[in-house]
Amino acid sequence: MTGQTDAKLEQVCKIIEKHHSDGSKLIPILQEIQEVYRYLPEEVIDFTARKLKVPAAQVYGVATFYSHFALTPKGKYLVKVCNGTACHVKKSIPVLNAIVEKLKLSEGKMTTDDLLFTVETVSCLGACGLAPVLVINEDVHGMMTPTKAVAEIDKILAQEAAK
Amino acid sequence: MTLDLKKIAESYRAKVEDRRVIVCAGTACVANGALKLIDALKAEIEKAGISVRVDVHEENKTKKDMYLSKSGCHGFCQQGPLVTILPEDIFYVRVKPEDAAEIVEKTLKNHQIIDRLLFIEPADGKHAKSHDDIVFYKRQKRVSLKESGYICPEDIEEYISEGGYEGAKKAITSMTPDEICKLMLDSGLRGRGGAGFPTGKKWQFTLVNKSDVKYVVCNADEGDPGAFMDRSVMEGNPHAVIEGMLIAAKAIEATNGYIYCRAEYPLAVKRVRKAIEDARSLGVLGKNVFGAGLSFDIEVMEGAGAFVCGEETALIHSIEGQRGMPTPKPPFPAKSGLFGKPTVINNVETLACVPLIMRNGAEWFKKLGSPTSAGTKTFALTGHVANTGLVEVPFGTTLREIIFNIGGGVTDDQGKPMPDGFKAVQIGGPSGACLTPEHLDVPIDFDTVKAYGAIVGSGGLVVMNKTTCMVAVARFFMQFTQSESCGKCVLCREGTKQMLAMLDDIMRGDADEETLVKLEELALAVSQGSLCGLGKTAPNPVLSTLKYFRHEYEAHVIKKKCPAGQCKALCAPEIDPAKCKGCTLCAKKCPVNAIEGAPGKIHKIDSEKCIKCGVCKETCKFGAVI
Repeated sequence: MTGQTDAKLEQVCKIIEKHHSDGSKLIPILQEIQEVYRYLPEEVIDFTARKLKVPAAQVYGVATFYSHFALTPKGKYLVKVCNGTACHVKKSIPVLNAIVEKLKLSEGKMTTDDLLFTVETVSCLGACGLAPVLVINEDVHGMMTPTKAVAEIDKILAQEAAK
Repeated sequence: MTLDLKKIAESYRAKVEDRRVIVCAGTACVANGALKLIDALKAEIEKAGISVRVDVHEENKTKKDMYLSKSGCHGFCQQGPLVTILPEDIFYVRVKPEDAAEIVEKTLKNHQIIDRLLFIEPADGKHAKSHDDIVFYKRQKRVSLKESGYICPEDIEEYISEGGYEGAKKAITSMTPDEICKLMLDSGLRGRGGAGFPTGKKWQFTLVNKSDVKYVVCNADEGDPGAFMDRSVMEGNPHAVIEGMLIAAKAIEATNGYIYCRAEYPLAVKRVRKAIEDARSLGVLGKNVFGAGLSFDIEVMEGAGAFVCGEETALIHSIEGQRGMPTPKPPFPAKSGLFGKPTVINNVETLACVPLIMRNGAEWFKKLGSPTSAGTKTFALTGHVANTGLVEVPFGTTLREIIFNIGGGVTDDQGKPMPDGFKAVQIGGPSGACLTPEHLDVPIDFDTVKAYGAIVGSGGLVVMNKTTCMVAVARFFMQFTQSESCGKCVLCREGTKQMLAMLDDIMRGDADEETLVKLEELALAVSQGSLCGLGKTAPNPVLSTLKYFRHEYEAHVIKKKCPAGQCKALCAPEIDPAKCKGCTLCAKKCPVNAIEGAPGKIHKIDSEKCIKCGVCKETCKFGAVI
C-alpha cells in the first residue's frame, strides 16, 4: 500500500516539475493529479500547495470552485447524464432518475458503496443532435430512454460480475 | 525565408486522389460508430483489390485508387455516421459498418447509388443524393462551416490547399496593424460569443496600449447548453481558428496566444493541439512567422467545468490559475488583461470568420448579413425539430425559415412530425429568452431580438413543442445559472436561489399570485445588481416566459394545474380502470417497477416510486394511462 502511495506521490512531483512549479498552472496541475488518483485527496492538496509555494487555501479554493475536481473518490464507471437544454427538453431527467433508482443512489450520494459507479449530470456535451445523451467513461450513448439507460447499466453489472 | 503556401497547395493537389470517401468523425458520429465504420470500409476496399490511402502523410507518394479520410462535424449529427463520396458528392446517412461491403461493391466499383442509405426529405419523402439536394443544407449559407465536413481537420496541407493561411500571410507581410483593425471594422464583424461587440474596435483598443507582452485569447469555453458550433469548428477546421488568432496577433502586436477550451470537448482539444503542432513545424507559428518579424505561439488550456469562465475576466483568472470569478471593468482586458497585460479575447466562431474576411474583403462579408449585423451566424438547432444540427445562415434570416424550412418543422418527443406543435423557441442559452409563434417572422440579428428581451447569444436555438411546460423550462435555466453563479455578487448568489425556490413552489402547487409578483421583482433586482453577464442575464428566461406565457404560470398558481401535464406534483399518471386490460406490458416496461398488477388484473401506479418518465403511457395500447 505504502509503495503504491509513494509511486503516486512521485507522479505528482513529476507533474509539478513538468509545469515548472508555476502557480499559474495550478488548474492543469490539479487536472493531471486527479488523473492519477481519480480525485484530489486532502493531503495531496496540501502537498501541492507546499510545492507551489502558495497557500493551501488557494489550492483548496480552486479545487472546490471547478466542478471537475472531486474531493471524494469517484467510481470506476463515471456515468454522466447530459442535462443540457436539448437533452432536457428531450426528457433527460427521467433517464437520470431511472439510473439513480437502479443503482439505489440519492441526491447527495451519487457514488455506489462498491465504488463501481458515480452518477453525475453535465450541462451539455455538444452532442445535442443525439439528445438525450449518456456518457459512461469515454463512451457516448445517444438517444437514450430510461429503459435503454438501465440496460446499459445492467450490461456493465453483468461484465463486472463475470470478472 | 517566406513560406511558399502556393507550392504546398499545388503539391497537395498533385498527390491527393480525386476519388475520395469522407467519413464524418465528429463527436456525435464517433458516438454512433464512425470509427468502426472507417475500419470496415478500409477492410472492404482492400478486399476488393482497390488501393486506398488512409493517411495523407504516408511516405509512399504514389497515387492510390482512392483516399479514405476523416472529416470534422457536418452539423447533421442526428443522421450520423455520415459518408460523403467524391467527386460525385454522394451523401449517405446513418451508415453502419455492415453497409461497407455494399458501398464498395455498388458505389465505389460500379458507380451506383444505394437508395436506402440516402437521406429522405421529411417534407416530401424524396431521396436526396447529395448535400445540395437536402433542404437542410441547400437553404443555409455555409461560409465559416464550409470546409468542416470536407477537409481533413488533421491535415494542415489540405487547409492550405483551400487557401488557408493566405490571409495570415497577407496580414503579416503586407499590412500594418492599423490597416487590419480598420478592415475588421469595415467588415462589420461583431463578436459571435454573445455580446456582439465590434471586433475591429476591440482590436484597436488593444493595439493602442503599448506593452512588451500582449495576448490573444480564443474563448472556446462554449458553456451554453445546447450550443455546439464552436466545438464543430474546432473539430472540423481548427486551422481557421489558428489563422484568425495569427491575424489578431499582428493586428494588436501580440506575442502569445491561449485557446481556453472546455474539457467536455476532448476531441476538439485533441484536434486543436494537433493543428498547433503542425502549424509550428511548418513555421506558421513560432518565431519570425512568414519572415516578417512576428513571433507568436499558442498554448491550449482546458477548462475545469465552470460556466462563468466564458465571461472574459473570469476566463483570464482561470488561465492565471485562480478561481474563475469575474472582476469589474474597467480596467478592460484591452488595457490590463491576462497577467496584467493588454489582451484581446475573441470567440471561436469570430476568429474563424477573420481569415475569410482577409481573403474575400470587408465588402463581401458586409453584404452577407443584415444592415447592423454583418456576415453569417451559426445556430445550433435542437430540441423538438425534425432536422437538428448546425445551421449557418446570414443575419436577418427569420426563425420561421430556420425552424420550419431548414429544420423541417416541429416534432413530438419521438421525433414524429407535429405540424401544429410549435410552442416556443429558446434563443441564446441561459441568458436568452423564449420566443413564441408571433416572433417567427422577425429577422434575427444582434439588435432586432433585443426588442423582445432576447439575445442572439452564442446561437443556441432550442425548439419546444406543446408538451413542454414553460415554467419547467424557466426553472431549468434558473437551476443552471444558480448552480453556475460564482457567488461573488449577493443578488446573483442569493437571488437566483430564491427565484429557483419560487419556481419550485409554483411547480409544486405551493404558490399563489403574490409569488409571481415577487418573482418578477426579484428578477429585475438580480439583473440590475450583478456584476457580470451571467447574473445580469440570468433572469431573462424567467422574465420572457412570464411575459409571453403568463397564462401558464397563472394556471399553476391559481388552478394548480400544469397545462402541459409535465409538473409531477400537479399531475401524476394514473391508470384508468375502465380501459386497463391487465396486459402487464406497462409494468414490465416501467424502469423503476412502480406499477403493480397481475395478468388480467387492473394495474396501479405507485405515485411514490413513479419518476414520470412516460414509458407506461407510450407502451399502453389501450390508452389506459392518463
